[in-house]
Amino acid sequence: MTGMTEDSSIITTVIKSWHDRPGALLPILHGIQDKLGYIPSEAIDLIASALRQTKAEIHGVISFYHHFRTTPPGNHQVQVCRAEACQARGSRSLEAHIKKKLSVDYHQTTMDKEFSLDAVYCLGNCACGPNIRISNEIHGRVSNERFDELVDAMTTRPLELQ
Amino acid sequence: MNHFKLFVPKDTTSCSLGADQIADSILEKAEQYDLNIELTRNGSRGLFWLEPLVEVEIGQKRMAFGSVATADVESLLTDLKTGEFAQHPLFLGETEEIPYLKKQQRITFSRAGITDPLSIDDYQNHDGFKGLEKALSVSSQEIVNEVKESGLRGRGGAAFPTGIKWQTVLDAPSDQKYIVCNADEGDSGTFADRMVMEADPYMLIEGMAIAGLAVGADQGYIYLRSEYPMAQQVLDEAINNAIKAGFLGENILNSGKTFHLEVRLGAGAYICGEETSLLESLEGKRGLVRAKPPLPALEGLFGQPTIVNNVLSLAAVPFILAEGGKAYGEYGINRSKGTLPFQLAGNIHQGGLIELPFGYTLRQLVEEFGQGTASGRPVKAIQVGGPLGAYLPESQWDLPLDYEAFSAEGAVLGHGGIVVFDDSVDMSEQARFSMEFCTEESCGKCTPCRIGSTRGVEVIDRIRSGENSEANIELLHDLCDTMEFGSLCAMGGMTPFPVRSAVSHFASDFTPATSQTGGQGND
Repeated sequence: MTGMTEDSSIITTVIKSWHDRPGALLPILHGIQDKLGYIPSEAIDLIASALRQTKAEIHGVISFYHHFRTTPPGNHQVQVCRAEACQARGSRSLEAHIKKKLSVDYHQTTMDKEFSLDAVYCLGNCACGPNIRISNEIHGRVSNERFDELVDAMTTRPLELQ
Repeated sequence: MNHFKLFVPKDTTSCSLGADQIADSILEKAEQYDLNIELTRNGSRGLFWLEPLVEVEIGQKRMAFGSVATADVESLLTDLKTGEFAQHPLFLGETEEIPYLKKQQRITFSRAGITDPLSIDDYQNHDGFKGLEKALSVSSQEIVNEVKESGLRGRGGAAFPTGIKWQTVLDAPSDQKYIVCNADEGDSGTFADRMVMEADPYMLIEGMAIAGLAVGADQGYIYLRSEYPMAQQVLDEAINNAIKAGFLGENILNSGKTFHLEVRLGAGAYICGEETSLLESLEGKRGLVRAKPPLPALEGLFGQPTIVNNVLSLAAVPFILAEGGKAYGEYGINRSKGTLPFQLAGNIHQGGLIELPFGYTLRQLVEEFGQGTASGRPVKAIQVGGPLGAYLPESQWDLPLDYEAFSAEGAVLGHGGIVVFDDSVDMSEQARFSMEFCTEESCGKCTPCRIGSTRGVEVIDRIRSGENSEANIELLHDLCDTMEFGSLCAMGGMTPFPVRSAVSHFASDFTPATSQTGGQGND
């Protein structure tokens, strides 16, 4: 071992697969976040030197885009659509319900690290709102009760029989 | 054993309502019911209120059942087995005869929901790649001429004539040119691009390859929003299949021509739907809007001549090449040629995709197709053209849906998104949201957009709490003028459209007596 952490070896692999291609920065950031769940600060140095850019430039790009996060997410990432078509179907009250149910606000993660909550502006399912996304799955026509069912299903752990 | 051919869509909408579970359940129960089932995961027909819409092929016809829940699978299979499917409570008759679909004129969406999106055979059996074959047999200039003759205008919202853009790129001297597809469909109320990508991805691929041949570009990028994970999966697989089958990559169909195509993901920035911001993002930068000129057609991606077209514009191209520009231009009215896929969304009873020639009215779409609101309450306002489009009151619902007629009224047709609100909506809250959305999504380059939107939220809050309303409404109008005339792009320049329309057409919502939540933010 050369003292390299597991994270930095993942980061280096992602950078290597992209760094000589045009417009590599966004694909690199996606690649890292897909694998680690967020962009750790150590990634900034590594990307900056591979792309011959300043750390400020890399940081500027990360902070510009809502999708990229610099802190670890919860096990389940909940995104609630706040855009107009979902508003017309009652998303404002769903938003309030979700914040209450999870006891967090946007850009926060629950104490038990199970859920992080973020806003999203349109999931493209606008005829069937209100919509939420949990990790890569989109759920349509989500009532308060339906949200509770989804949360319960995710937090119920199977009983292990010996 | 009885043999049946079943279709369960695999698109974002149907899956968001349980289509995967239904497909699993059908396959699991088939054996138990002694049925030999051939299951195709097709795209969606766009009749979203009926999703998940399960179809069964009987004779040469496809029969529809909707909307199906997992609990309905057993009864559906039983009725299929006994032949009494027409008595099933979810039976809708022949799919093509459902009035919502029958009344449409589908060109771009002619294959949507019919084929297996990833099957190249299906695509070719339904006229796929005929446009590309035609394009390979003619000169670049002849391709551009067909597109010009079609009268096609950019479907992303700005409605710029596509053929003229292509001519500019064709005439630009450069060894390296690019085709960029804007698939950053961020407008609320729109899903037509997503449907193309999920239901008929080869049509987009074909359109982009034709664009490459037209202007001499050998590299294309689809800039796809990260909010569309399923479209990403479908496109990646379709591109691989198309390369293997010789429709993409080196030496397309043994012509010696090359066109490489790659999907690049956005990262949740609405502004990246603006073409210059999109190009910055593709180059790996923050999505800051560029000043024009130079036009992207001359200095676009990495400084090279670049076609930036919306998904629907590129998707219209295979038909135009295969059938001729004239055939396409025969649809539509005035200077709005061809068809536009309208998207009925929000509080609507029958939401979905409606492809029609230009010229229908909003009232026809919302009343005849949409059948009113989902809540059953009266419609109060309709926002057309996304978050930067005006809110239209009933007096404007009879305008013909064409680009010029809308712009004459200070409204925009944009990407064809139609979001319906019932009478429970508070329009001052909507106006506030328009400004708030601009604070979230402004790239920050122009001060009127970056700071003006923050001031806009504050002024509307004051109006809503009854603080010096009259003077503040005047101030809001001033602010809207500054944003409109002092911003480089549509983000700051058009945020005033929904705000002004709310203030002028729904004035009573801006008096504190009706603003129950006056002064309270909604987050």
